[in-house]
Amino acid sequence: MAGGLEGPAPDERPHPEGRRNEQGIRIEQEAAEPETHRALLSAQVWHEPGVLAKVSGLFSRRQFNIESLAVGPTEQEGVARITMVIEEHDPGIEQAKKQLEKLVPVISVRELREEAVERELAMVKLDVRDDPDEVQAVAEMCDGDVVDIGPETITVELTGTESDIDAALETFERFTVREVVRTGTAALASGAEETT
Amino acid sequence: MSETPTQRLSEDDQDEQRPVSTGAESVVRALENAGVDTLFGVTGGAIMPVYDALYDSEMTHVTMGHEQGAAHAADAYGVVSGDPGVCLATSGPGATNLVTGIADADMDSDPLIALTGQVPTSMVGNDAFQETDTTGVTAPVTKENFFAQTPDSVGDDVGTAYALADEGRQGPTLVDLPKDVTQGDADREPAPAEAPETHDPPEKADEGAVDEAAAALANAERPVILAGGGVIKANASPELRAFAREYEIPVVTTMPGLGSFPEDDDLSLSFAGMHGTGYANMAVTHTDVMLAVGTRFDDRLTGGVDSFAPEAEIIHVDIDPAEISKNIHADYPLLGDAETVLDQLYEAMPGDPPADEWRAQCQTWKAEYPMDYETPDDEPLKPEFVVEAFDEATDRDTIVTTGVGQHQMWACQYWEYTEPRTWVSSHGLGTMGYGLPAAIGARFAADEEQDVVAFEGDGSLLMTVEELAVAVREGLDITVAVLNNEYVGMVRQWQDGFYEGRHMASEYAWCPDFAKLAEAFGAQGLTVDDYEGVPDAIEAALDYDGPTVIDFHVDPQENVFPMVPSGGKNGLFAMNAEQLEQL
Repeated sequence: MAGGLEGPAPDERPHPEGRRNEQGIRIEQEAAEPETHRALLSAQVWHEPGVLAKVSGLFSRRQFNIESLAVGPTEQEGVARITMVIEEHDPGIEQAKKQLEKLVPVISVRELREEAVERELAMVKLDVRDDPDEVQAVAEMCDGDVVDIGPETITVELTGTESDIDAALETFERFTVREVVRTGTAALASGAEETT
Repeated sequence: MSETPTQRLSEDDQDEQRPVSTGAESVVRALENAGVDTLFGVTGGAIMPVYDALYDSEMTHVTMGHEQGAAHAADAYGVVSGDPGVCLATSGPGATNLVTGIADADMDSDPLIALTGQVPTSMVGNDAFQETDTTGVTAPVTKENFFAQTPDSVGDDVGTAYALADEGRQGPTLVDLPKDVTQGDADREPAPAEAPETHDPPEKADEGAVDEAAAALANAERPVILAGGGVIKANASPELRAFAREYEIPVVTTMPGLGSFPEDDDLSLSFAGMHGTGYANMAVTHTDVMLAVGTRFDDRLTGGVDSFAPEAEIIHVDIDPAEISKNIHADYPLLGDAETVLDQLYEAMPGDPPADEWRAQCQTWKAEYPMDYETPDDEPLKPEFVVEAFDEATDRDTIVTTGVGQHQMWACQYWEYTEPRTWVSSHGLGTMGYGLPAAIGARFAADEEQDVVAFEGDGSLLMTVEELAVAVREGLDITVAVLNNEYVGMVRQWQDGFYEGRHMASEYAWCPDFAKLAEAFGAQGLTVDDYEGVPDAIEAALDYDGPTVIDFHVDPQENVFPMVPSGGKNGLFAMNAEQLEQL
């Protein structure tokens, strides 16, 4: 191999001691990497074809961990609201918000914290071989409703926070669960505060 | 059909603003209203209505050899002019061929608008002939794209796409044009080009934040400015120069930032990163306060994030909030337009940084790590020498374009850039073959007296060599300097350094005779084998009124140094192969 220039070798040069973590933040030698946590984002977007693809494509190509995404129309014509649950460290959450805001069809983005009311809907389809009365009892205990009964199956609807649903579905595991569907979390800021 | 556009127009006489009657006419009118004068494209079935409408337009359409060439030419036109370049292609393969060029523009924040034909709306989704989901394919590589809905609104879409490509952080946009929309009747003129309300780039940075950043910089003992491509995009080179000179702060550029600050200024340390100068990499490693303007801290610049400017507080000026703390944490984020924010900082500085020792240190590094190379007469021609010879033979405003690879790095290192918008390259995407079509686009955007030189590698040029036909057809005065080593040189270099010299798929061992190839296209073709032939060939190329290709047979074994291995520490760059082995 040819080419090359003259100059002091790397080990003859001074080099600073400091370093940065994976997020590019200067840190002390022993500092830990930041931990990830669940964050709830709410975005107002133009209600038009392709917007959902643009949002989900963004999350996928930038490797943001998305737990759920729920979308639907709002009180304003032409505007939809997307609620997303993501699992990221703080710099990642900030970055996700800023990347979302950068999309032209995104009107506004906000992270909802403690002050939000969150709901998710789930349906669980159970084998009718299970004791229908016991299913009914468990459904009532979980504030669920039986929405469909057939010769082979019973379907129960559940509404609550993500963790309520998690707990309820765990309870239903005593029966023979055929199928589960969940909508993902929808949320609004509580009280008179605007969501986005 | 030998009549010129002007002759065709004169038949329509006084009707300068004939009302638009179709979607396609609305598309053309929207471009004209936005001030577009040059388009680069390749025609085809689904885009034919737009081309038919172009028949009556005074805009210049350059028919390119391949859609990728059209996108690169339009991209380079945008880089040199500052205004969005426009490229057109038909549906399906036409659109997908544009994608590399669109992605290139996206990575480099180059202003570009792509207009693609599409099958009629009624056939969309049926896998019709030459149908591709173009908005789907290009969504990840555009600022925004649009699927045109009606003949009346399609011109509005084009105007919006143009404004979006231009405003804030520049970038590519695309409008997909179904044939029924362009062929359909339109009853109104397109609306003026305006970006949507949701696109609201910041202009002026928060004053409190500016004061804090200025105080940090004024107290710095080892300050450095890192000037990115955003400085050039924001036309902020004069403000950068004024600021750096007033406060005597050394300036390092990124690769896209070349030309933002004159490299013949004492304060210039040239560019940093993987193949940046040793002195630039020492400065970014040892600085205590870095003023970074219009840069996204690409990995080729930072090396390993853990060791990038590890002791520096970072002041980051950017127009895109999402760039703040994306890769490198900003201690002082300043959101706004670089030109405006540099003016704000200039006013807010409470004093000069106490940096006499640091400036002396930077000069010492320049002497310790010089970019000097040997040129023994009995050895093959050094590619670095060719770059320097071209630089010496041409004016300061000469535009340099490149492909991607070793030749590109030598063009960065050994050309002394002094003016913004004279360096045109594929930085982020690293698209081999960019240089020739970029030279074509640059030629249309440049002043007549400006020279345009494309440095290309042998492998890189062969990827887009069909565009030579365009340069000849259009009579373009450009010079293509092929730094021919019969290798995919940069890959060969990595194989030498990191793969035990196993040259898998990187040795051509044979290349076409580029001079004869040029002649076959109708261009001037020259071959140079030794140092003696270099000046004459350069002179012959510059004197020739048309395209020239010079095939420089350079030292096939030459590798690019300094080098920071991928993910390595900038301060531990290797000056040569022996030092690389020690890392």
